[in-house]
Amino acid sequence: MRPGLNKLQTGWHALQRDRRSVVITWLALGLILACLPFLTELSLGRSWVRILDFTLLYIMLALGLNIVVGYAGLLDLGYIAFYAVGAYLYALLASPQFGLHWPVWAILPLGALVAGVFGVLLGAPTLKLRGDYLAIVTLGFGEIVRIFLNNLNTPYNITNGPQGISQIDPIQIGGIDLHQTQHLLTLTIPSTHLYYYLFLIFTLLIIFVSIRLQDSRIGRAWIAIREDEVAASAMGINTRNIKLLAFAMGASFGGISGGLFAGFQGFISPESFTLFESIIVLCMIVLGGMGNIAGVILGAILLTIFPEALRYLGEWQQLLLGRVWVDPNDLRLLIFGLALVLSMIFHPAGLLPSTRRARELHARRSILAQEQDSLYEQQR
Amino acid sequence: MDIFSQQLINGLVLGSIYALIALGYTMVYGILGLINFAHGEITMFGAMVSLAILHALLLHTGLPTAMIFALALLGAIGFCMALGFSIERVAYRPLRNAPRLAPLITAIGMSIVLQNTAMLIWGKKFLSFPDIIPIQRYQIAGANITNLQVAIIVLAIVLMLGLWTLIQRSRLGRAMRATAQSPELAALMGINPNRIISATFMLGAALAAIAGIMVNAYYGPAHYTMGFMLGLKAFTAAVLGGIGNIAGAMLGGLVLGLIESFGAGYISQLSGGFMGSNYQSVFAFTVLIIILVFRPSGLLGERVGERV
Amino acid sequence: MNNSVESRDTSNPLLVVQEVNKSFGGLTALSRVSLQIQSNEIFGLIGPNGAGKTTLFNIITGLYSADGGEVNLAGQALLRCKPHVIVQHGLARTFQNIRLFANMTALENVMVGRHVRTHRGVVGAIMRNTSTRKEESAIRAQALQLLDEVDLATAAEHLAKHLSYGDQRRLEIARALATEPKLLALDEPAAGMNPSETLDLQQLLRKIRASGITILLIEHDMRLVMQLCDRIAVLDYGKKIAEGSPAHVQQHPLVIEAYLGGNLA
Ligand SMILES: Nc1ncnc2c1ncn2[C@@H]1O[C@H](COP(=O)(O)OP(=O)(O)OP(=O)(O)O)[C@@H](O)[C@H]1O
Ligand SMILES: [Mg+2]
Repeated sequence: MRPGLNKLQTGWHALQRDRRSVVITWLALGLILACLPFLTELSLGRSWVRILDFTLLYIMLALGLNIVVGYAGLLDLGYIAFYAVGAYLYALLASPQFGLHWPVWAILPLGALVAGVFGVLLGAPTLKLRGDYLAIVTLGFGEIVRIFLNNLNTPYNITNGPQGISQIDPIQIGGIDLHQTQHLLTLTIPSTHLYYYLFLIFTLLIIFVSIRLQDSRIGRAWIAIREDEVAASAMGINTRNIKLLAFAMGASFGGISGGLFAGFQGFISPESFTLFESIIVLCMIVLGGMGNIAGVILGAILLTIFPEALRYLGEWQQLLLGRVWVDPNDLRLLIFGLALVLSMIFHPAGLLPSTRRARELHARRSILAQEQDSLYEQQR
Repeated sequence: MDIFSQQLINGLVLGSIYALIALGYTMVYGILGLINFAHGEITMFGAMVSLAILHALLLHTGLPTAMIFALALLGAIGFCMALGFSIERVAYRPLRNAPRLAPLITAIGMSIVLQNTAMLIWGKKFLSFPDIIPIQRYQIAGANITNLQVAIIVLAIVLMLGLWTLIQRSRLGRAMRATAQSPELAALMGINPNRIISATFMLGAALAAIAGIMVNAYYGPAHYTMGFMLGLKAFTAAVLGGIGNIAGAMLGGLVLGLIESFGAGYISQLSGGFMGSNYQSVFAFTVLIIILVFRPSGLLGERVGERV
Repeated sequence: MNNSVESRDTSNPLLVVQEVNKSFGGLTALSRVSLQIQSNEIFGLIGPNGAGKTTLFNIITGLYSADGGEVNLAGQALLRCKPHVIVQHGLARTFQNIRLFANMTALENVMVGRHVRTHRGVVGAIMRNTSTRKEESAIRAQALQLLDEVDLATAAEHLAKHLSYGDQRRLEIARALATEPKLLALDEPAAGMNPSETLDLQQLLRKIRASGITILLIEHDMRLVMQLCDRIAVLDYGKKIAEGSPAHVQQHPLVIEAYLGGNLA
């Protein structure tokens, strides 16, 4: 056997083994994700399953913001407004507020669409602004939306003002009410678990879309704009449209998660959509690793769980010092702010930096060589 | 009572305060091209620190009120200058050559840190200004005006004139202008840009501290969140005047103050009763967005394209 | 090389610049500059530092707006067009101070250049249907081929920012070529290259011209300009002071004066 062929064969075996281990990894991951709510309930209690549900909502939000900030490099400080749009749309169309009770499958796509339109409306006049101006304008936009939500109870009562909207219809899918405990054979599935599975499906969908976009002509254009807007336009990219697209995509992710949030909570009020929510989502992607899907997911998980873990700080204080000196809740934002500053100064790439560097380090020679070969093949 | 002249006076007072804060944004922007998001929080610290000193001295010493007030003013100014200096050193200087997004994100982080630190120190209560200024009312052209309002306007004018002279006449001012023009050239001429940048931050912080005290004394209680809105509006004023332009910040502050006070008065009429005064903040934001979209260079700013 | 200077059709220029003016505040960067570039020639634009060469590039590629004048590419008016539209019309450029997408790989940089000639959007990207897959693999293949043409095939997976100076310059050329330009405008492509790299560059530019692309070249390396260009225009203080063959320009008294002390040969 010639050495070249030999090498090729071992390569093939390696690939086979690779493929098998990939399949096994995915199966294991799937199994863990499927059992996660039950495992969580067993080990930490029911309330942690709720936290799990919120984690998924935040992952969706963070992935949406990641398209705007991570890919296209546009600092949007009013992102939570799109979440609010999705949530209020759901609340208005499925609650006693107007006596409407639309089904979920009609509201969620509409929510994505309306939020996307809001994204375009905000973006169209502002996207030609320089980065720091854009940050401030989006911040203003987020506040404007919140102020309207707070005040649109007079003269006509639309949003019910600061009281918010309650008695929102629970999410129903195929006749299954997600607010009710369900029984499947011998298995009892509580409501929190049901929502977990629903959110998981949407999260996976959003991850899928993010990945697909990232490796596409559009994704490349986003990153090019982030890297150098002038060069991007000089290479024929219509920067305004492509940025608008990023805004619309990010906003629609926010709209979907907002709708899910409203159905899950059954109650929403303007208080859930403050500037600080926007900042927390920003924190997630900055700390996790801007532009990298896995990093963003990690950031969202850590920052959702972190405040919960912080609660123990209160108990420890009680235990060690005899009283609670500092309410751990008050420390939350302080720590987030510090984390933003410190990570930008010391580790701007985040916990899981974008894979680009890793890819460069292990340049996949083989694939490249193959592609070149086939290229020469074609030319002949 | 004449509503128009009353709103005019209210607008002038508000505008003077915005102008003082806006100067800090504009000076830093002029030199570093950076929006110092944390500037509003410095204003808040000015109010908080002066309150703390006032309360402590009023309670524990028998000094004359005027002296206590002067000490509180000086203390707040000193504290804020130190704060401005450290913010620049800690959060901005390490990132001077980083991508644009980076200092912007630290600026936001810094602002959250300051706000929450203030909350830990002073709590979530609204803290009112002690009753040490005897208020006198005068009538001018059918409007009420108080001695406090007069004092604010006069002090603001004096400070702005002082700043103007400083920047146009003094060595420091010349160095600042040179650094804003071209840091490299300034460095070649023996100017240390780091010192100038620090000085700029401190100067802006001093003005912000005074503005913070004015807000507290005139508008009412101080709160750890007060810096956010104030900062945003002052920033709007700076943009309105033309960011980076000192005279622009002064003009922008006044104009915004007037727009707001007249706007708030007439907003309900304008919208046919649909929008009440709750929407006052929407007003400032809308002004900001409109300027940024239609005339990002502001009233006095030069239109400069990005150099390719 | 099969193309010759004589066979060009001089009645139908590819790029016409007419009476273009530009000033920055009080500084006149360009005053009534006119040029005509014929199809398939290599046209040199030279002049001392600050003469206005880059400014002219920025105007014809839509990055700056002119104060007056006209620019036509193959009969298409370019002034007041957005930069990306100008690329669509067939004018691509490189930058004097290299502007690559630093954190993208060399391959991705060139793939971005294909953006303007390809069409699949968001839906295609998500569905990854056959036409999108086809387009994507075509983009890849063409980008790889271009990288190969500029001798960067082995660096395809390297981040642009980690390439050497000379490699970055050639990568910028490949990226510009990916937009399928009629006219390729190069702003000091040899700056920072060593003599052997410059020689390779010369070969590369000849090859590009041979493939039917017209080249507009700003360059300070006089030897390169004189050997490569069919015609040369000289700018000084924003004015065109001479134009013609390399030999003509080299002899021109105004040019010699402008470059006083400089080395022209
Ligand atoms: N955006 C701008 N704002 C202000 N002045 C500018 C701008 N762009 C260029 N200039 C000025 O216009 C003049 C021409 O500059 P340009 O960059 O076109 O010169 P150049 O011929 O390319 O020089 P070099 O050989 O050094 O690259 C210079 O004096 C420069 O300082
Ligand atoms: Mg140049």
